[in-house]
Amino acid sequence: MVEEDSVRVVRCGGSELNFRRAVFSADSKYIFCVSGDFVKVHSTATEECVHILQGHRNLVTGIQLNPNNHLQLYSCSFDGTIKLWDYIDGILIKTFIVGHKLHALFTLAYVFQLVSVKLPKSSSQEIEAKELSFVLDYINQSPKCIAFGNEVKFALVFYFVYKISLQFTLSSSKNKKHAKNNFTCVACHPKEDCIATGHKDGKIRLWRNFDDDKKYTYTCLHWHHDLVMDLAFSVTGTSLLSGGRESVLVEWRDATEKNKEFLPRLGATIEHISVSPAGDLFCTSHSDNKIIIIHRNLEASAVIQGLVKDSNIFTGLMIDPRTKALVLNGKPGHLQFYSLQHDKQLYNLDIIQQEYINDYGLIQIELTKAAFGCYGNWLATVEQRQEKETELELQMKLWMYNKKTQGFVLNTKVNMPHEDHITALCFCNAEKLENPTLVTASKDGHFKVWILTDDSDIYKKAVGWTCDFVGSYHKYQATNCCFSEDGSLLAVGFEEIVTIWDSETWELKCTFCQRAGNIRHLCFGRLTCSKYLLGATENGILCCWNLLSCALEWSAKLNVRVMEPDPHSENIAAISQSSVGSDLFVFKPSEPRPLYIQKNISREEVQWGVFVPRDVPESFTSEAYQWLNRSQFYFLTKSQVTIPLQKAEESLPTTPFYFILGKHREQQDEKINEALESELVQLPLTENIPAISELLHTPAHVLPSAAFLCSKFVNSLLLSKETKSCEEIPEDVDMEEEKESDDSDVENDFTEKTQDTNDTDLGEDIIHQLSKSEEKELRKFRKVDYSWITVL
Amino acid sequence: MGEFKVHRVRFFNYVPSGIRCVAYNNQSNRLAVSRTDGTVEIYNLSANYFQEKFFPGHESRATEALCWAKGQRLFSAGLNGEIIEYDLQALNIKYAVDAFGGPIWSMAVSPHGSQLLVGCEDGSVKLFQITPEKIQFERNFDRQKSRILSLSWHPSGTHVAAGSIDYISVFDVKSGSAVHKMLVDRQYMGVSKRKCIIWGVAFLSDGTVISVDSAGKVQFWDSATGTLVKNHLIANADVQSIAVSDQEDSFVVGTAEGTVFHFQLVSVTSNSSEKQWVRTKPFQHHTHDVRAVAHSPTALISGGTDTHLVIRPLMEKVEVKNYDAALRKITFPHRRLISCSKKRQLLLFQFAHHLEVWRLGSTVATGKNGDTLPLSKNADHLLHLKTKGPENIICSCISPCGSWIAYSTTSRFFLYRLNYERDNISLQRVSKMPAFLRSALQILFSEDSTKLFVASNQGSLHVIRLMEGSFKHLHTFQPQSGTVESMCLLAVSPDGNWLAASGTSAGVHVYNIKHLKLHCTVPSYNFPVTALAIAPNTNNLVIAHSDQQVFEYSIPDKQYTEWSRTIQKQGFHYLWLQRDTPITHISFHPKRPMHILLHDAYMFCIIDKSLPLPNDKTLLYNPLPPTNESDVIRRRTAHAFKISKIYKPLLFMDLLDERTLVAVERPLDDIIAQLPPPIKKKKFGT
Repeated sequence: MVEEDSVRVVRCGGSELNFRRAVFSADSKYIFCVSGDFVKVHSTATEECVHILQGHRNLVTGIQLNPNNHLQLYSCSFDGTIKLWDYIDGILIKTFIVGHKLHALFTLAYVFQLVSVKLPKSSSQEIEAKELSFVLDYINQSPKCIAFGNEVKFALVFYFVYKISLQFTLSSSKNKKHAKNNFTCVACHPKEDCIATGHKDGKIRLWRNFDDDKKYTYTCLHWHHDLVMDLAFSVTGTSLLSGGRESVLVEWRDATEKNKEFLPRLGATIEHISVSPAGDLFCTSHSDNKIIIIHRNLEASAVIQGLVKDSNIFTGLMIDPRTKALVLNGKPGHLQFYSLQHDKQLYNLDIIQQEYINDYGLIQIELTKAAFGCYGNWLATVEQRQEKETELELQMKLWMYNKKTQGFVLNTKVNMPHEDHITALCFCNAEKLENPTLVTASKDGHFKVWILTDDSDIYKKAVGWTCDFVGSYHKYQATNCCFSEDGSLLAVGFEEIVTIWDSETWELKCTFCQRAGNIRHLCFGRLTCSKYLLGATENGILCCWNLLSCALEWSAKLNVRVMEPDPHSENIAAISQSSVGSDLFVFKPSEPRPLYIQKNISREEVQWGVFVPRDVPESFTSEAYQWLNRSQFYFLTKSQVTIPLQKAEESLPTTPFYFILGKHREQQDEKINEALESELVQLPLTENIPAISELLHTPAHVLPSAAFLCSKFVNSLLLSKETKSCEEIPEDVDMEEEKESDDSDVENDFTEKTQDTNDTDLGEDIIHQLSKSEEKELRKFRKVDYSWITVL
Repeated sequence: MGEFKVHRVRFFNYVPSGIRCVAYNNQSNRLAVSRTDGTVEIYNLSANYFQEKFFPGHESRATEALCWAKGQRLFSAGLNGEIIEYDLQALNIKYAVDAFGGPIWSMAVSPHGSQLLVGCEDGSVKLFQITPEKIQFERNFDRQKSRILSLSWHPSGTHVAAGSIDYISVFDVKSGSAVHKMLVDRQYMGVSKRKCIIWGVAFLSDGTVISVDSAGKVQFWDSATGTLVKNHLIANADVQSIAVSDQEDSFVVGTAEGTVFHFQLVSVTSNSSEKQWVRTKPFQHHTHDVRAVAHSPTALISGGTDTHLVIRPLMEKVEVKNYDAALRKITFPHRRLISCSKKRQLLLFQFAHHLEVWRLGSTVATGKNGDTLPLSKNADHLLHLKTKGPENIICSCISPCGSWIAYSTTSRFFLYRLNYERDNISLQRVSKMPAFLRSALQILFSEDSTKLFVASNQGSLHVIRLMEGSFKHLHTFQPQSGTVESMCLLAVSPDGNWLAASGTSAGVHVYNIKHLKLHCTVPSYNFPVTALAIAPNTNNLVIAHSDQQVFEYSIPDKQYTEWSRTIQKQGFHYLWLQRDTPITHISFHPKRPMHILLHDAYMFCIIDKSLPLPNDKTLLYNPLPPTNESDVIRRRTAHAFKISKIYKPLLFMDLLDERTLVAVERPLDDIIAQLPPPIKKKKFGT
């Protein structure tokens, strides 16, 4: 249980979906993918995330269906545990503690064993089972280098040993001749003694007869020009799927070179390929954090798109005022709109509108700046490409939101808006606003004011943006710009100097200079604090100026990396960077004492942060957390591997399904802070009867069977007889529980049970696992029971 | 090693003709190869792939099929409609039988080796009985609509598969009627081609028929039901040849793109008996069409339009990793095509249908070691002598004085006298050759050009004295009683007293010319002789064998010399024994009696008998001795074998005088440039 009044950093989304191969459920209805510390269950038909299996405390490194019960899923993690889940209900059944970092997980159909790979420094492999424990050395880090055949354990171990020796002999002997002959991935034929290996030179080799030291032979398939990233055999083994950097899924039918089919233009490097056990679906995981579900006839049917993680996020984090989606750099040349609530990408806006050529060493056009203005009506973007020092290509685009098409339409394109790099871009978001204004600041020493003007001619009515004013200050480079909340003032930072301009007349009003290094961040206070201007400098000084007195109000020594004002309150969040980690400070400009300090929110450098307004305001009473009432704070760290978005405040996603299946109570327990009453008060009226609303709001495909919902639904309507029904149901629950526990004993005889979940929870969840027939039986039983009572 | 002025000759415009058929004989481990000009060559795979016999080609006799029958009998059939049997002892054609079915496209010997089947242009399949002396027509099978391009017997001998155009027929041998007709899909990559030619069929003992066709397919048919079982599309062009191993566990196909694919029968899982054919490795050793493939127990053999014979060993079948495990590419014949007149500095080049005489260029410039000297006088093409008739030239020779040229075809022997009047040359044919001089396998002039030695294909050796414009038959050495083996190599001592002659397998005979009698016979050795020469003064006979052994035999003493015994005791350097190509020419330095000069296609070597022999630890291929190194080190590292690999492929090298060498090279690129263009293939990234 979480401590009542603490604010936690929660990794809430944007994790890699493509870290490991995705796994299909046995009936191909669901697809499982690892996502940071969680396992996500998506519906293959609708792409919708059905469950998030959470419980691991570190990165999940492998998932596999339980071969003995295809309704269960194993997962392993760097936290050294293997967990068994019921994915239909999304609950944890068991936890096995291994105690080593687990890098991959394999399960075998014929032997009841759970094979896992741990890779501490000795690189050994261990099979965690009752009495068997094989340890094999020299296994490559990546799980792609391991695959299991269709044979029972001896053959398997043999394969394994042989595979390794093969790997070593081949790679060592051939490395001399062809430097690019390294193995990249391996797959085993499901029916035959055949191993497919992918190589760095783009070749696929199909090895046969490999149990013979001399007579082994291979067939070469060559289409890929770059390394083969992953291989998978179809369920029947008649075709082999391969993918690589070409972003083309290749299907080799009958393993012949001439008989191949392609699914091209998948958008990004294929990193993993997996095949559903039913054989009707494939899926490919891509480097741009998406999973494409592909039909057997090579037609893409669904895309599960996570947060695209480009290595460089130039635009920072923004919130689209309309959709409340997070906006940042996405695919090359695109701006992605990402829903934080659902942890999924909403759409991509193609800004550069040019074919992306994926070639090493090519200098691409980069989307460097973007800003929303006028309540999401306008979007300004800046793209640049610099091949040489002197050859800068710069373009600014202004996009208007079209209500009809519900999308952004290019309105104005400005070539070379400045002579040098644009450093800042901001819209005037004042409410009165007779005409939209945009300010760009550039290294060429100017800031330009762009306004929307009438661009109508005899053909059509149109509007367009033109430059209205060019300002400069002693040939200093303009580094920042910022409008005050009411739009009356514009602050422009020129290296060490802050200049204040009147937005009506574009007159220089006053300047502030603290001589404490270049200005890194600049922002006006809001609401009651609108008379303050805040500036953070590179030398680690945070200054607050009073605009009325034109004097420094206070200053503090703080090496600010990120400074973000909350749009709905006076609060300003600043993240400082020290050698130990990043610290979060929340303060009001009016007083130098921070409202809230959280040390060490992240060990890595925080790159960007943003306040996201809440849909439904919370009401934390504790003074320290009041700043979270109206908004949540998200930030992004600079880790190349994962860029987790984090927010300070626990909030588990609560799908309606979650409520229905009895986790309501648990959920409430886990909610930090204020107790039930306050939350219930906030619930809308319909929510007073949760069952009804859940029934109505839940998508049909995620609803449990009607038979199951029925009693609950009826119960919820029977308000007066509440007590009676409540008595009856627990009786049933107990009986079912007993029965179920028997079943589970037969099914799997694990003795370790280290999970700290309470037994009632487990029992409740297992009920929902019952099949329809069992339910029917129970219902019959119940009827019999009743009759018997009446007879008595 | 000494410094030489080298004439580096590259104007020998020789292009070998393309390979049409190959046939492998398992019993004798020999390979018969027929070329597009009708030449048939026999390679002895046990003797280091030495080309031990050859039958000269004929313009009208384009071979289309070649096969071995029981008892090491070789048959060929061609577009002139004749079936030919070759006499492997006498190296001539035993007989030719017309099949009366138009051009013959295919031929197959029954598994028992007693019957011969030919497929003809008119669609007939004719069965011949092989009798000990001849072949005899037995009967016709059901006549098909179009030409029979390929034939294959079922290993039991009861059925025959015949590939035609667009379909494959299966015949019952007993009744001669077609049991099944299996139609082949004409579709080629979705486009309907006009016709689908079945280039090859193979009948396996389980009843499977494998066919290869012009649409690039390898197809597996069930002959019992006449249905297609499996289809492998392997090429965008024709698949032209197929060969199955004796165990029927692997086969090889050759495509027009120059790729050879290996198919193997692989068990599906390790503990099931179910097996399947799997295409495994592709080999791209050819640039042009692979017209013929063969499958020996340990190697895949392929040949095609690009004139190379490629022998690619199967690593899994090779027991020890030795010389046999290396890939072989045989391009040039293992016999001498060039002879040289030292006195007049003339080179005689032998082509299939003509001879060329060139005078070497000369220079007045001098230079350092390794310099290329400018020519003051270019090489002259003096003579272009065309043969009459359709037959290919077997052998030719120019006399050391340069005034005689002799050559022979299968049916005629020609002798010409060359007269030099300053720059003018006149050619005069010596007429009225004696009847016994009809066909020669080897011709040699004595050092003083007064005698002509001719090895005829009857095994006899003729000695002819040459006079100004006329000749006189001196003697004929008859072959040893009981043998009919022809002599292929001749060597005469510079003093004219001794003549050494060698056949393909038996030992070397040494004849005394003065007394006109057999002097002695060098004990026979397991491997055929590839080159012979008699040293001046000492009259030591130096013999090179195909296993790269070199012997020195003293003719006067009738025994091996001391040096030869020493080197046999110590053994040759392992790298020397691993060389690819046989030594084709041996010569001697007139002033340095201890030197033996010899060469193969890739190196030129001077053996200095006075120096210590190399052992396996020393470096065999030493680079040219660096000049700045001290004499001590040089002496310590020096050994008897001085090898130069500058000139390759080296077809001929001889000493013109004490300080001048002539080397005739034939770069492979020049040959490829003269071949028809290969099938164009799109290469990624180009």
